[in-house]
Amino acid sequence: MFDLTGKNALITGASGGIGGAIAKALHAAGATVTISGTRQGPLDELAAELGDRVHVLTCNLSDADAVNALPKAAADAMGSVDILVNNAGITKDNLFMRMSEEEWASVLEVNLTSTMRLCKGVVRGMMKSRWGRIVNISSIVGATGNPGQANYAASKAGMVGMSKSIAYEVASRGITVNCVAPGFIATAMTDKLNDDQKAKINDQIPAARMGTPEEIAAAVLYLASNEAGYVTGSTVHVNGGMAML
Amino acid sequence: MSDVADRVRKIVVEHLGVEEEKVTENASFIDDLGADSLDTVELVMAFEEEFGIEIPDDAAETIQTFGDAVKFISEAK
Repeated sequence: MFDLTGKNALITGASGGIGGAIAKALHAAGATVTISGTRQGPLDELAAELGDRVHVLTCNLSDADAVNALPKAAADAMGSVDILVNNAGITKDNLFMRMSEEEWASVLEVNLTSTMRLCKGVVRGMMKSRWGRIVNISSIVGATGNPGQANYAASKAGMVGMSKSIAYEVASRGITVNCVAPGFIATAMTDKLNDDQKAKINDQIPAARMGTPEEIAAAVLYLASNEAGYVTGSTVHVNGGMAML
Repeated sequence: MSDVADRVRKIVVEHLGVEEEKVTENASFIDDLGADSLDTVELVMAFEEEFGIEIPDDAAETIQTFGDAVKFISEAK
């Protein structure tokens, strides 16, 4: 339905379940993709699966210089960056009383500050071409909070406020900035949970199941499309009704 | 100098969609030529590209008028 032929997309965290699904969805819609992540192996596997129109750039998002260099490297590889999907994120969970400054700072650095750096790195080119799509992957816990995740929730809520502010500034140039906030999504991480734990989670979800990475990717694909040109500064919650926001 | 002025004027006219005769020495991008703050950032980007120079943010803030831009660029080149 959505055609991204001729568009160039940079996706971070593409070695993970959700990022990989996003890369596949944008690629299937015709986009050329640069997939980025910390681990070369999974990226190469994904690239092989996608075939043509794909570039691989490893990047450690806690390394400021590497992050600042990523948009240019992606633009050099593809010709431009028309679509940026900030999907990479880390968690360092701990009860707030026990949370160290290091746990706080490293999560904010990777999840929020690197997102800011990448937005900054692509927006100039988007301004010139009068077209751009930035989709930041937030989280349900950015809106609801979650015990043990003060750092993660702060970073994901921060992303929403930042996205809205950037959206204001660049809307007149044909650039939209939106967030997608996943709820519980079945990935390698949730596969490790036992049936009891899974049942407990599903009890809290009106849809009575976890979401799939493809369901997140579908929301990203929409926001990246031409058709979503009038949607900016918004957050699309994809959570099976777990939090109706 | 005149060459720089002509090139700067061309960029301003194209970018802001104003008539050439309005782009005078003391014409302020924002007050006289209808630019918003984002336009001024884009103008600076366009100047950087046209003249192959770097205009740091603190210098960009001092470029308020057409004359300011011509002067800065002539000195930077």
